[in-house]
Amino acid sequence: MESLLIQRGRVIDPASGIDHEMDVLLRGGRVAAVATPGTLHGQAQQTLNVRGAIVAPGLIDMHVHLREPGHSHKETKVTGTAAAAAGGFTSVCVMPNTHPVNDSVEITRWMQSPERGALVNVFPIAAATVGSEGEKLTNFAALKKAGAVAVSDDGKPILDDKVMRNALRRAARLNMPVVQHAEDTRVTVGCSMNYGATSFRLGVHGMPNSAEYSVVERDIAMARETKSRVHVAHISTLEAMAAVRRAKKAKLRVTAEVTPHHFTLIDENVGEFDTHYKMNPPLRSVADRDAMIAGILDGTIDAIATDHAPHAFHEKQVEFERASFGITGLETALPIALTVLHHHFRLPLWRIVELLASNPAKIFGLTGRGTLAKGAHADLTIFDPKKKWTFYASDSLSKSRNTPFNGWNFTGRAVMTIVGGKVVYAG
Amino acid sequence: MKPSLGSLLSIDQLTTEQIEAVLALARRMDPNRPTRLLHGKRVVLLFYEASTRTRTSFDFAAKALGAVTTLVTPTSSSIEKGESLIDTGWTVECIGADVIVMRHPNSGSAHLLARYMSVPIVNAGDGMHQHPSQALLDALTILNHKKQLRGLRVVIVGDIYHSRVARSNAELLSRFGAEVIFCGPLDFVPEVAATLAPGVSVSHDLNAALQGADVVMALRVQKERLAGKNHSVEDYVAHYQVTPQRMMLAKPDAILMHPGPVIRGMELASEVADGPQSCIHEQVRNGVKTRMAILAMVLGAKN
Repeated sequence: MESLLIQRGRVIDPASGIDHEMDVLLRGGRVAAVATPGTLHGQAQQTLNVRGAIVAPGLIDMHVHLREPGHSHKETKVTGTAAAAAGGFTSVCVMPNTHPVNDSVEITRWMQSPERGALVNVFPIAAATVGSEGEKLTNFAALKKAGAVAVSDDGKPILDDKVMRNALRRAARLNMPVVQHAEDTRVTVGCSMNYGATSFRLGVHGMPNSAEYSVVERDIAMARETKSRVHVAHISTLEAMAAVRRAKKAKLRVTAEVTPHHFTLIDENVGEFDTHYKMNPPLRSVADRDAMIAGILDGTIDAIATDHAPHAFHEKQVEFERASFGITGLETALPIALTVLHHHFRLPLWRIVELLASNPAKIFGLTGRGTLAKGAHADLTIFDPKKKWTFYASDSLSKSRNTPFNGWNFTGRAVMTIVGGKVVYAG
Repeated sequence: MKPSLGSLLSIDQLTTEQIEAVLALARRMDPNRPTRLLHGKRVVLLFYEASTRTRTSFDFAAKALGAVTTLVTPTSSSIEKGESLIDTGWTVECIGADVIVMRHPNSGSAHLLARYMSVPIVNAGDGMHQHPSQALLDALTILNHKKQLRGLRVVIVGDIYHSRVARSNAELLSRFGAEVIFCGPLDFVPEVAATLAPGVSVSHDLNAALQGADVVMALRVQKERLAGKNHSVEDYVAHYQVTPQRMMLAKPDAILMHPGPVIRGMELASEVADGPQSCIHEQVRNGVKTRMAILAMVLGAKN
């Protein structure tokens, strides 16, 4: 049985309440022991000294677009998971807006098949409605059995009240959340960015904050009424953050994720129509960006997710209004979290691990992940929170290069990513 | 003459000195006395959108300077076959364009093209964003009647939200210290419009806005846009049409402008459009002169 001893790292595992220098023994794809340094000596075939680095449960990205089936010119399971591994992610949860839409057991299984060649774990989020058309619910139970961890019509939000209520009820019976991309698409037709002074100056139709928070508020009201679970995807507005904060105070089963770009960038960064700053939800105002930070610091936010959305050059090097929405994010999420949240805003490292590993595992019910408890899957992320480096899009392992973070200086990055006891990335 | 402008994409991009230089040169231009200033230069008019005034005046302007022009439109070219803007630009450049004058329905398209081309781009209108040559010719027109722009009260009335003319004009006028009042119904003149530039404000009451105005600029109002916002034509006309009575509220020497095309009976009463204060024809004439100056400057022609 393969074994690996990771010595002298600072182990941070919020789920087990550990934050100490410890040795971690991995055997047979599982965590065999976490013990005082030196006590596990000689028990493994291989030993690794990672003194000075953080040893954390493998990071889990709750919101990724790996594009297959159907859009392999943007990304494949191979390239996307290579980027994930390089960014320190051991698991990615993949959205169903593929072609065809992942609304079936077959596609859910296809996505997880070893033949796809994924380097990290892939957990499908299945479509909530057939074809993500917002009308007829998919077979949640069968999809869950096939491996789906949640349901969502990401990008095509469920606006119909009756359909959403039924989706919440059905998902709750299976203890799954409905992941909602909150956008009232009836009011955002033709919009390419946030509504505000910048969109007015550029002469681009803008999405008002209300298009997001009206849906978040409705979903929360429904979660209350049906005692079900809703997960707010990539939250971006001050008002939606306030709504989630109130919901948590009221002990509702509402969770929320935020992307690194929404807590770092603002709509003004679009500059003169730079399509690398075009995504949905759009970059918002300073007040919204600050509300994202506040929500992270006060615990309203449960998770950081990338919304990694790769697009080919020809889909971005076009007129701003015609360019595809979305940016890549797998390789920059942990570095941004460390640089901005930990170093600048003094967010403790254990909280970063919680946002990127423990909480995502809890929300999607990924048993034996997001923790280093004995018996857990041997998924680990070893990172150096002090490493200074510069990210270049040209070095990305993703098939696409659509990132606004090209040339950014970061402090902190993953140095090793281990999935099922095997090293899949070593920096 | 001052160094070449490079591309002309927006008013924002120009320095105050560059604006003054264009206006000074425009005053000296005379379309009726052709020169060979741009002899041998090839001007491509890449028009993705319909246009009468702008296209024709750039065409005449180029020809009056001795350049040759070619018109490229989507329906008669590879654009129809799905060619990207950048590829079309490269093609036009490789064929030998010295400058590309472009009109395009998407905001920011001129900036996109300019990022990839090595020849200068002249923005002849991009979506709702900018129409710099219009703002320059409007400034020339105003300055034919007023000593300076500083201190003028300029009321721009109509569909501000959708108007590239409004944005370019407000940015230019604000730069020179004029007061700009955007006026129209809330759906056409959102509060955020006041953030465009210093000295820009928003009003939904035309009668109040016109008090003491030096310049009244009406913009085209499309019926479909009124209908889309549940406004009736009758209602718009009642509140926002520039009528002879309303012109009386402005200063006695106020001038009336309109970038065209005028929808008579909608934003302007015919008596006003054809009245003594109207500078609409002068604007069109100044369009040719201003565009001559712009082409000369972007091509860095020595005068």
